Amino acid sequence: MWSRAFSSEAGRDSRRENATRQRAGGFALALWLAAGGAWAEEAPLGLGRAATEAEIAAWDIDVRPDGQGLPEGRGTAEEGGLLYDGLCAACHGDFGEGAGRWAALAGGRGTLTHRDPLKTIGSYWPHLSTVFDYTRRAMPFHAPRSLTDDEAYAITAYILYLNDLVEEESFELSRENFTDFALPNAEGFIEDDRWSEPQYAPGLEPCMSDCLPGAAKIIGRARAVGVTPDGGGGFE
Amino acid sequence: MILPRKSFRLSRRRLLKGLAVGGVWGASSARAQEASQGDPAVLEPQPWSTSLGPGVEDGSYGLPAPQEAHVVRRTVPWLTADPAASVSFTPLHELDGIVTPNGLCFERHHSGIAEVEPEDHRLMLHGMVERPLIFTMRDLLRFPRESHVYFLECAANTGMEWRGAQLDGVQFTHGMLHCVEYVGVPLRRLLMEAGLREGASWLLVEGADGAGMSRSLPLIKALEDCLVAFKMNGEALRPEQGYPLRLVVPGWEGNLWIKWLRRIEVGDAPWGQREETSRYTELLPSGEARRQTFEMEVKSVVTNPSPQAPLRHGTGPLVVSGLAWSGAGRVTRVDVSLDGGRNWRPARFSGPDLPFALRRFYLDVDWDGSEWLIQSRAMDEAGRIQPTRQQLQAARGVNSIYHNNAIQTWRLAPDGALENVDVE
Repeated sequence: MWSRAFSSEAGRDSRRENATRQRAGGFALALWLAAGGAWAEEAPLGLGRAATEAEIAAWDIDVRPDGQGLPEGRGTAEEGGLLYDGLCAACHGDFGEGAGRWAALAGGRGTLTHRDPLKTIGSYWPHLSTVFDYTRRAMPFHAPRSLTDDEAYAITAYILYLNDLVEEESFELSRENFTDFALPNAEGFIEDDRWSEPQYAPGLEPCMSDCLPGAAKIIGRARAVGVTPDGGGGFE
Repeated sequence: MILPRKSFRLSRRRLLKGLAVGGVWGASSARAQEASQGDPAVLEPQPWSTSLGPGVEDGSYGLPAPQEAHVVRRTVPWLTADPAASVSFTPLHELDGIVTPNGLCFERHHSGIAEVEPEDHRLMLHGMVERPLIFTMRDLLRFPRESHVYFLECAANTGMEWRGAQLDGVQFTHGMLHCVEYVGVPLRRLLMEAGLREGASWLLVEGADGAGMSRSLPLIKALEDCLVAFKMNGEALRPEQGYPLRLVVPGWEGNLWIKWLRRIEVGDAPWGQREETSRYTELLPSGEARRQTFEMEVKSVVTNPSPQAPLRHGTGPLVVSGLAWSGAGRVTRVDVSLDGGRNWRPARFSGPDLPFALRRFYLDVDWDGSEWLIQSRAMDEAGRIQPTRQQLQAARGVNSIYHNNAIQTWRLAPDGALENVDVE
C-alpha cells in the first residue's frame, strides 16, 4: 500500500535510487519526489473490492510493443486474407489501399517527406503490437471485439503480407515469433521537443508596434477554398 | 421542444417579421424610423405583456429560447468517413464568458456514443499495484471530491488550417474546444487505494466504448492533477461526454480525456496504442514524427466578430471579444491587432482567471468602416507567445495535423462581413 511503501526516510532514499536506475523517463523519480508531499497524508479509505483474475483477464486486452499482453494463438497470412476479404476490404480496399475516407493500411513507403504523405501501417506505424491490439480491440468498425485471438493473428499476418513485409501467404504469425518483426518506421519517432522551436525561445518579448514591414497582404482566403458547410452557418 | 403552441407561434411570427428587414433586433429601430410617434415595440402592447406565459409545469428540463435555435453544434461531413468516428464543433461565436453549455460542448467519438448503464459501469484498476480493484459508481461517490474549471481542446483543433485558411467560421476553425466545471475524484486517490508498486511510471487508460479508446498516460500527470469526473457544469456528464465517468487531464490534448472510463492499468512503459502512434503523432518535414505531445499550446482566437458573426450595426462602438487558453496553466496577456499584426494593443480580461481554463478577453474599439485584419495573440505564464502561422510552418511544415495554435486572422470588410484569411 502507498502509505507503507513511502513511509520512512530510509525507504525513500533506496526508492529514489531504484527509480533513477529504472530510467522511466524521469517519471518514477518525479513521482517519488512528489510523494514526499501532502499525498502521504491521504490514507486509503478501503473502498472498492478486489478484482478477480478472471475479471482482469476479461478486460485486460492491451498488447505492448515488447509483446507483453500477447495471448496464445496463431494465424497465417492466407487465413488472414480470407477474413480480410470478408470483414475488412469493403472499407480498407482489396489491397489495403483504403476506400473513400477510410484508412489505407498498406503502401506509402518513402512518402513521409512528400507534400502529401501516405501514412499506413507499412509506411508510418512503429509497432506491430499496435496492429494486433487495435484490430482485436476496435475492428471491424461495426463489430468491435468480435475477432478471436487466432483471427487477430491471421489478419495481422495478412497486413504484413499486404505491406510486402512477409513474402509467403503461408507465413504464420504467433505469440512466439511476434516480436521478431520490426516495422519499417520503428525508429521514425522522436520525443516532444516543441518548446525548443524558435518561436518559443525563452525571454522573447512581444512586439507591439511596426512589427512587420508595409501593410498586411492577404495571401489566402477560406472562401476561395469553398469547403465550409452551408457557407458557414445560418447567418446569410 | 416543450413550449405552448400559442407562445411559439407568436415568437415565430415576430421572428419572420424581423428577418424581413434584416435582423431580429434591427426590426424595432427600422420600424421606429418609419413611425413618427415612436417605436411600435414600445407603443403597441406586446403579447408577452398582455397574456399569461407558460407555467412551471411546461418544461421540466429547460431549453434555450426558440429564437436561439441556430446556436447548435455543427459538423463538417467531408472530414471523416463515418459519423460514429467523427467530430462536431462548438458554436464559439454564439457564446460569451468562459463556460460552455453542456449541450453545446463539441463531441469527438471513435465508435459513437456508448450508452452506458451506470448501475453496470465498473472502473478496474490493475497492473503494477498492490491490490487490483474494481469500483462501482457508488464507490466512487464516496471518495473526497474536487471541482475545477478546465478547457478541453482536441489535439486536431484548427488542424484543417495548417496549409492556410480553409473553413470560414470560428466554430469550424476553433470549435473543437469546450470549458466546463468538472466534479470528480482525484485519480491519485484511486491509485493510492490500490497501492502503487515500485517502478510504476505509466498508466493505460481505456474506455468502455466500441473503440476501447486507450492511451498511455505518464503516472506523474495522474498523480498531479487528473480527475475521474462524473459531473460537468453541475449535472451528470452528458452521454456524448462520457456518462457516467470520464478522465480529466488538465491542459493536455483532448484525446487523453478518456470517456466512459472503465479500466486503468499501471505499468512501467507506454503501450504504443493506435491513438499514440498512428494518430496523435506529428509528422515533421524531416519525415520523423513527434510523439507524446501531450500539452496544448498557448492559443487564442477572436470569436466576435467572426465570419459566422458579421457586423450588422455599422460604424462606431464595437466589442471585439475572444478566448485565450494555455496548457501551461494561466494566460497572462492577450494583445489584439486590427492591421494584420503590424501594431498591437493589450486586450482587457473579464471573468475568472483560472489555470487550464479558458479566459475571456475584450477590446472595446471604434470601427470607422474601413477594412480591418483582426488578430489576437496570447501569452502564458510559461512566457510563451502564440506564434504566427508562418512561424509554425517554418518549424513544422504543413503535415503535423495536430497542435496548430497559430494566430488567426479575420478580415472585416467595409460591409461588415468577415472572412478567414491568411496574411503576410
